[in-house]
Amino acid sequence: MNSSLVFLFIAAFLACAVEAVEATTVVVAVGVTRSWRASLHGVGAGVVVLAAIVAALGPAIASIPLNPLRLVVGALLLIFGLGWLRKAVLRASGYKALHDEDAAFAKQTAAAEAAGSQRRGGLFGGDSYAFTLAFKAVVLEGLEVAFIVVTFGANAHNIPLAALAALCAILVIVAVAIKVRGPLSKVPENTIKYAVGILLSSFGTFWGAEGAGARWPGSDASLIGIIPAILLVSFAVVAVLRRQRERAEQLAAAGPAQGVTA
Amino acid sequence: MLATITKMIRSFGMFWWDFIVGEDVTIAIAVVLGLAGVAALHAAKVTAWWALPVIWVLGLGLSLARATKKH
Repeated sequence: MNSSLVFLFIAAFLACAVEAVEATTVVVAVGVTRSWRASLHGVGAGVVVLAAIVAALGPAIASIPLNPLRLVVGALLLIFGLGWLRKAVLRASGYKALHDEDAAFAKQTAAAEAAGSQRRGGLFGGDSYAFTLAFKAVVLEGLEVAFIVVTFGANAHNIPLAALAALCAILVIVAVAIKVRGPLSKVPENTIKYAVGILLSSFGTFWGAEGAGARWPGSDASLIGIIPAILLVSFAVVAVLRRQRERAEQLAAAGPAQGVTA
Repeated sequence: MLATITKMIRSFGMFWWDFIVGEDVTIAIAVVLGLAGVAALHAAKVTAWWALPVIWVLGLGLSLARATKKH
């Protein structure tokens, strides 16, 4: 297996793991407070919809010529990746609160309990509220993963490998969820999101530039340089922003005292 | 009827805008400009691979500067 396939597997696995954690938090919260049956029905329906999207888009995308595919896919992956990286940098530098699965679980649980029993019925596993919430969580969190699986797989001519990585990630997260039956706060979600942001940005930069006509020095091997370069740039930005925030906090703390002495 | 269809189309468009562009449009603009820059340099037969990362780093920096300024 060459290095770009290894990176493909890692990127699809991590991206899927993060989204699976978020979807699982909702599914478990709804299952615990409302109905496991309806919640799992929602998961099943969501998985069927996602599988249909991958099955429909996979062959369609794979039939597009490589350069236009790389241009469009590279652009979209880069926009996604930089969005993830932007949030990760803001979190790492203290400007944005870390994503907290305990808090997300508590919020979902409270909302599910507050919804009461007015929407219980015979269809959708006996509880349409629980079904809808679980279904939406799976489809919305899974849509990005489906896109990553299809585009990464099509670019590398290996959709089965990308799908296998996503499946492995789902199995790992579901196994953890079954074990804890609560919020998945032990999964280092913020760190994984940072890593996914780096990988998506790297692949997006590589494929996007190739699609626009550029040739990277060393071809596929240049990814081995692009990934650490983006990681180093992000570390530098985090360090600068952290110092900027600390300085602003010191000035804010010193400000009122200076005002009194003046 | 027409109002319902318009609302549905708008909701559909908003979903995809939010899904692809996200919180800040600066990054998407930087990526598009970066790719246009690569294509222009390539057409002029100039080494072009460096243009995309340079332009998106600037875009990301601008986006982060705007986000941190709000604090």
